[in-house]
Amino acid sequence: MSAPAASPPAASGGGNRPTLLATEQISKTFGGLVAVNDVSFAIPEHSIVSIIGPNGAGKTTFFNMLTGLYKPSIGRIVFDGQDISRTRPDQITALGIARTFQNIRLFATMSAVENVMVGQHARMRAGLIGSILRPPRVGREERDVRAKAHEMLSYVGLAERVHGELAVNLAYGDQRRVEIARALASEPRLLLLDEPTAGMNPQESDQLTQFMRRLRDERNLTILLIEHDMKVVMGVSERITVLDHGEKIAEGDPVDVRANPVVVEAYLGKQG
Amino acid sequence: MTNAQEFVRDHRNLVGAVAALSIAAILPLFMDPLSTITHNCILAGAYVVMALGLNIVVGFAGLLDLGYVAFYAFGSYTVGWFASDHFSTVNGGKGIHVVAGEFAAKLPGIHLNFLLIILVAILITGIAGMLIGLPTLRLRGDYIAIVTLAFGEIVYRFAVNGDQITLAKGATLTGGRQAISPIDSIGLPGFKEFDSAISLRAYYWFVLVLVAVVLFVNFRLRDSRLGRAWIAIREDEVAAASMGVPLVRTKLMAYATGAAFGGISGAFLGSYLTSVNAGQFQFGFSIFILAMIILGGLGSIWGVAFGAILLSFINTYFIPDVFNGVPHKLGLDFDLTVLNFGIFGFLILIVMVLRPQGLFPERRRALELTEGVTADSTFEVHAP
Repeated sequence: MSAPAASPPAASGGGNRPTLLATEQISKTFGGLVAVNDVSFAIPEHSIVSIIGPNGAGKTTFFNMLTGLYKPSIGRIVFDGQDISRTRPDQITALGIARTFQNIRLFATMSAVENVMVGQHARMRAGLIGSILRPPRVGREERDVRAKAHEMLSYVGLAERVHGELAVNLAYGDQRRVEIARALASEPRLLLLDEPTAGMNPQESDQLTQFMRRLRDERNLTILLIEHDMKVVMGVSERITVLDHGEKIAEGDPVDVRANPVVVEAYLGKQG
Repeated sequence: MTNAQEFVRDHRNLVGAVAALSIAAILPLFMDPLSTITHNCILAGAYVVMALGLNIVVGFAGLLDLGYVAFYAFGSYTVGWFASDHFSTVNGGKGIHVVAGEFAAKLPGIHLNFLLIILVAILITGIAGMLIGLPTLRLRGDYIAIVTLAFGEIVYRFAVNGDQITLAKGATLTGGRQAISPIDSIGLPGFKEFDSAISLRAYYWFVLVLVAVVLFVNFRLRDSRLGRAWIAIREDEVAAASMGVPLVRTKLMAYATGAAFGGISGAFLGSYLTSVNAGQFQFGFSIFILAMIILGGLGSIWGVAFGAILLSFINTYFIPDVFNGVPHKLGLDFDLTVLNFGIFGFLILIVMVLRPQGLFPERRRALELTEGVTADSTFEVHAP
């Protein structure tokens, strides 16, 4: 595994920055199945943190609790000092958490630009009457939102000529880009990426890794990542949390986690 | 390209709407002011208003509503209650009159000006729309249809049996199968009171204005923050909620807006037909309006308007006037009119088989049908 050249993880550490998001002993059960069990976890502001684990470890369930799609059965989630355990997904987005999905969930029959415009929904004000009468305030808002959508799409590297293309017609890599642009458009403080490199070749994965650092530094974002590609995870993460069978089995910086025998066992099975 | 050409290209819908409405506006001048054709055109206009209202709910937001007739009923009863002598004992038999017409001003009962009636109808149906919406919000697809169907049926039952429900001394909820009649004719400030005994043209132009309004609202909403949110919800509720779209509020807005147009049109029809009869509010009517949307193309504004006009004329002209005698010619002993709902059903069946996206499909809807792109899931997106 190549050493990530100028990556700040080692330098910055996780130590004394304020916590942006914390979970306090959250669990999620579906009937008798325990998907996530008693996981406590914290993300310092302005960091890139990863969750890894074998398939079915409960990573995505964990994500869905953070974004309000599932309510934790037990425990509390605190974002920026506010309890969001029972908050609706749209309100969580308005508070400043945005996400992408493991299996891309773009609005297929909307264009790339329109998708990103939906991402700005929580930052817009036009209501029913305003949308019908369209006073200058609303007209301006529409124009601004559209301009910003184009800007976001260019920022994530989508070629200008496909901005108006329907999402369903975009190439796979471009769909991933649009999904990130849509999430960024909601002006989040915390960005959750669910296996963003799935289906990408090594070169594209490298680009995305670079891009995540840019997001953190240029847009002052905090990023939480679920990822299978160990090269990406080890290269970009400041801290890694390992889930297995819904439980947190290890946590630490990449070097520690890689050396941890419990983690190796979870991934490869017991040695000897 | 010249400026004019560019303007037409950029504002195709505006230009199209102005052209279509202008032609429609001069049309009655070539028709006998009391003729059946004028009457049929007025009905078609009222149905366009309803169909485009329902289009917001079903076409835009993707919420299958089988109880739209309820809003027709609420609108009609608004005009029945507040523009007739139905509540004849109110105010000690002297009645309440607000900018009422010359004739109506002498009658007992409540008589509000029709513009006020429209406002009240919007209010009543908007609230009713939200009430019907609330229990359906946690449901998806077919289940929404079942709940709305039941709601339409409940309203119908209340309408039919409303003459047994006494609100106060001498005042019942509805007239039941005995119509509330007569209803005040429409009188607008600055215009002579409409008189359907002399000419139907005033009603024609009035409903044309309503059509213009509903067209305007449809186009504006489609290309707005709300319109995008509706498409997003229709395609993927989970992603929509995760992008900051509040599901409950956004859906309720669709219900309320759609309901309001049902109410406006219902109030107009009540006044135009000068009676409000519970028999008008049967389940079949919901399907009649829904069929217009499906025939024209779900979500397609021009398609829906066309579907409404076409089905309306099939109902008021082609079946009773043109083909009514066909069964007799074939040696069968019945009129074609008894089959009208069967004929609508058959038309829908043909459309479903040959052209499921409708006659003038909306681009997205056609894609959704062919690509199967809508997502479904079981996340707990609604807060407890």
